[in-house]
Amino acid sequence: MAHSSQPAFSSARLLRACLYAVLILFAVYYLLPLFVMLVNSVKTLDEIRGGNMMAFPENFTFEPWLTAWSSAQIGVEPTGLSPYFINSILMVVPAVTISTFLGALNGYVLTKWRFPGDKIVFGLMLFACFIPFQIVLIPMARVLGTIGLAGTTSGLVLVHVVYGLGFTTLFFRNYYAAFPDELIKAAKMDGAGFWRTFTRILLPSSGPIIVVTVIWQFTNIWNDFLFGASFADFDSMPMTVALNNLVSSSTGVKEYNVHFAGAVLAALPTLIVYVVSGRYFVRGLMAGAVKG
Amino acid sequence: MQYSLPGKAEATLREILPRLVLSPSLFLILLFVYGFILYTGYLSLTDSRMLPSYDLQGLDNYARLWGQRNWITALQNLAIFGILYILICSLLGLVLAIFLDQKIRGEGILRPIYLYPMALSFIVTGTAWKWFLDPGLGLENTMHLWGWESFTFDWIKDRNMAIYTVVIAAVWQSSGFVMAMFLAGLRGIDSEILKAAQMDGAGRWSLYTRIMIPQLRPVFLSAFVVLAHLAIKAYDLVIALTNGGPGRATELPATFMYSYTFTRNQMGVGASSAVIMLAMIASIIVPYLYAELRERR
Repeated sequence: MAHSSQPAFSSARLLRACLYAVLILFAVYYLLPLFVMLVNSVKTLDEIRGGNMMAFPENFTFEPWLTAWSSAQIGVEPTGLSPYFINSILMVVPAVTISTFLGALNGYVLTKWRFPGDKIVFGLMLFACFIPFQIVLIPMARVLGTIGLAGTTSGLVLVHVVYGLGFTTLFFRNYYAAFPDELIKAAKMDGAGFWRTFTRILLPSSGPIIVVTVIWQFTNIWNDFLFGASFADFDSMPMTVALNNLVSSSTGVKEYNVHFAGAVLAALPTLIVYVVSGRYFVRGLMAGAVKG
Repeated sequence: MQYSLPGKAEATLREILPRLVLSPSLFLILLFVYGFILYTGYLSLTDSRMLPSYDLQGLDNYARLWGQRNWITALQNLAIFGILYILICSLLGLVLAIFLDQKIRGEGILRPIYLYPMALSFIVTGTAWKWFLDPGLGLENTMHLWGWESFTFDWIKDRNMAIYTVVIAAVWQSSGFVMAMFLAGLRGIDSEILKAAQMDGAGRWSLYTRIMIPQLRPVFLSAFVVLAHLAIKAYDLVIALTNGGPGRATELPATFMYSYTFTRNQMGVGASSAVIMLAMIASIIVPYLYAELRERR
């Protein structure tokens, strides 16, 4: 008995060791590019050219970060990425705020003040989440030009609000759908109107879904490239577009260490949000993918 | 009468207030999404070049579009990229989810590591992988320095292989997300079913192949829809990783549309390619959304 259970026991352990080995191997695969970027962003250019990308820096230098931030050549201007970082913030904050606010109201109306045709309205908004943005690029460029917002941060805010509405509405609608109708009815009986019901009953318990929506919108808008590349000019260019300019500029020496520092700078805000509130980030991804 | 009218007006206002609140959003969506779709659709039937023109010329643009070698290349690339991207992400996501579901110590550390690339911009991902895959600087160079002299990995410079580097980077970015979807699906399976199956003597392997994986069908469907629509929309990653090159080896419909519309002054052709992209996505999304919405009520 003991004789036969011995090998079974050790083969289970072997299997388990393999399991861990595979899981750790994949962790390395996911971490490697970030590691390579970080390690090479603190090396001198000579060390990068002559050395191994996996090696730790021999002469640690913070210079590439400073260059990327404040003096690297972006297009024709040696401004570094800092003005574009600020552009992105100026774009993201109002766009996230407005689209989240509208999404909350839409979700509230679509679940608690239903009217004939509300499902069609929701369907129209939902489909808008998935359209390839190429289909709106040409008319959008013209409309932004006509209303005087071409090449401005306000124009980008408008664009991101419009194309974020579908998702924010979806998030709040699904969240509020699960909110007990009895509480709403009771509030209405007590004479609470449309706004009071919203601010007193629903909003106080909307914390989690607001966090999910804000994170989702923040990540998407910060990371957007297509709209920024299409509708921004040099003064309103967001971070992603500036980074791409920096990395793909064909003039001069390619300063890889500066490129990496810039890439990490561009990734930092969303990475911080992810590290701080990963749980909500995942919930947003799920809500965007698997509804209900 | 004089007294009741304001009261009546107020009642009407209260009646329509919810719809009034919804209307700005609906207006924005109708104009900026559906109006714009119609506009681009119309442009695709005109002789627009550098600027929009409103002179209709029938389906000429579509005929020209399908006559473009670049467009055919873009579609072939999309087929290669899309199929591999969806297959590898799903497979990897499923395997990692099942592995992580074995009461793994350190799951709380591994899971976020698998998923963090999803928080990054494709431009960042592209920058990192462009370098990593560069034969002179990245993996190939490292292997040479480590003594494996014959190691070659120059796909990113190879016309026939470059599209696969886009797959590598895209899988890196999205597979953790698919893993999270499958893991949530696995954890959501009714434990009673599993207990019953174990009582019936189902082994671990058959537990997964016969019971759990079939239960994940909705997750497979969601993953497919999400990945397919991401693949059709893929733009940033290609721009940052290969910029469509070498040559036009990694051209995709999204990059095709952009360059024809904004740099090659063939707006009509660009618009028609956008319409085809929309049709591709709609053919996947509309049935899915229809089923999802109908199921609910």
